Amino acid sequence: MINKIADSIAQALQGVADGSTVLVGGFGTAGIPNELIEGLIDQGARDLTVVNNNAGNGETGLAALLQTGRVRKIICSFPRQTDSHVFDDLFRRGKIELELVPQGNLAERLRAAGAGVGGFFTPTGYGTELARHADGSPKETRFIDGKHYVFEYPIHGDLALIKAEAGDRWGNLVYRKAARNFGPVIAMAAKKTVATVHHIVALGELDPEAIVTPGIFVSQIVRIAHTATVGGGFKKTG
Amino acid sequence: MSDYKRRSKEEVAQRVAQDIPEGAYVNLGIGQPTLVANFIPTDREVILQSENGILGMGPAPAKGDEDFDLINAGKQPVTLVKGGSYFHHADSFAMMRGGHLDICVLGAFQVSATGDLANWSTGEPGAIPAVGGAMDLAVGAKQTWVMMDLLTKQGDSKVVAACHYPLTGVGCVNRIYSDLATFACGPEGLKVIDVVAGLEIAALSELIGLPIQTSKPSTD
Repeated sequence: MINKIADSIAQALQGVADGSTVLVGGFGTAGIPNELIEGLIDQGARDLTVVNNNAGNGETGLAALLQTGRVRKIICSFPRQTDSHVFDDLFRRGKIELELVPQGNLAERLRAAGAGVGGFFTPTGYGTELARHADGSPKETRFIDGKHYVFEYPIHGDLALIKAEAGDRWGNLVYRKAARNFGPVIAMAAKKTVATVHHIVALGELDPEAIVTPGIFVSQIVRIAHTATVGGGFKKTG
Repeated sequence: MSDYKRRSKEEVAQRVAQDIPEGAYVNLGIGQPTLVANFIPTDREVILQSENGILGMGPAPAKGDEDFDLINAGKQPVTLVKGGSYFHHADSFAMMRGGHLDICVLGAFQVSATGDLANWSTGEPGAIPAVGGAMDLAVGAKQTWVMMDLLTKQGDSKVVAACHYPLTGVGCVNRIYSDLATFACGPEGLKVIDVVAGLEIAALSELIGLPIQTSKPSTD
């Protein structure tokens, strides 16, 4: 019998190796898998490359992981925020490497990894500073049907961490509102994908027409507590 | 010196909204462009996209009704209108890059007469770079419109022959809506669409230091 339900976050995150690339879902307050990030801090893997749209807020979640000094490099589109002081400080002291990627290219590079595509030509970033590699050399470009494109490579993950809404023992997932964001994309792009859910339901209970991430892309799910607000959503914690 | 009055940010937003046709799919960038939503005539059905995965984005919720799973690209709580949908990031940017969005309205530091856009970085040394969806938005939609003051606080024109701030996109801007005039821009350069009452084209051209083509502009 297939059972992807883990008893605990610690169990789900066993064996994360040093040097792993970790894809982290979430955008703003929506869909950040804070419980899994805390689990990764407890697990202790180091020399990590982290991929997320942002570079952490305040002192919790991703910022707390960065604070441990175990993240060597971050790949993201928008590190600078009003409360990204943990990242800002590490970056200014040269303690963390940054690869800045336009948001759509980030999503598509992750999608390419999940879809087995070796790279793609995108118009985004053409003629800008971001059409250069870290060493300053220009990325490959091509002129196709009257338009300029830049070649971008996939971003493969060793581990993906996702906050979903509900799941079943096969790992099928549904999300909640705009908390879906990078979840379905990174689920496909990593060797191992762990998702937290607020509800674990019996097989067959999720409407097959409405399953967003089919279980084939998910390795483990863990149930976490549900924090509702009067508005029916989730309160900003911390 | 001619006697003219600048349009307020609300008036510029209203001017942009006036040009958005019924049925358009529109992405309003963070900052000043979000004001445009307040001026779309109620009898016109326009669908707003937010690049974090929302089509059919509605106004901000009432205080106390915020749902932090339902936020816009600026990370502020929003609502969903009837018929709205959610989707993941790769689909969201496919909507943009694939040319499915009709109009994207963005703010800018500088725009060149040929439509190059600079709006993500001032290139200040030591500043932490952040781009977000700016480059994707700039090149993705069928039409990219910029909304900005024509001049900086120091009086320098933000419409320039060539941007000196780092580029967001090349030749991607179709229109500039500003507090003094509305322009079309592209390979043929600047063309004025309208100008505030009392500002002569010659004086406008002098303000920005660039030639302007005219085809009998309307005045307000």
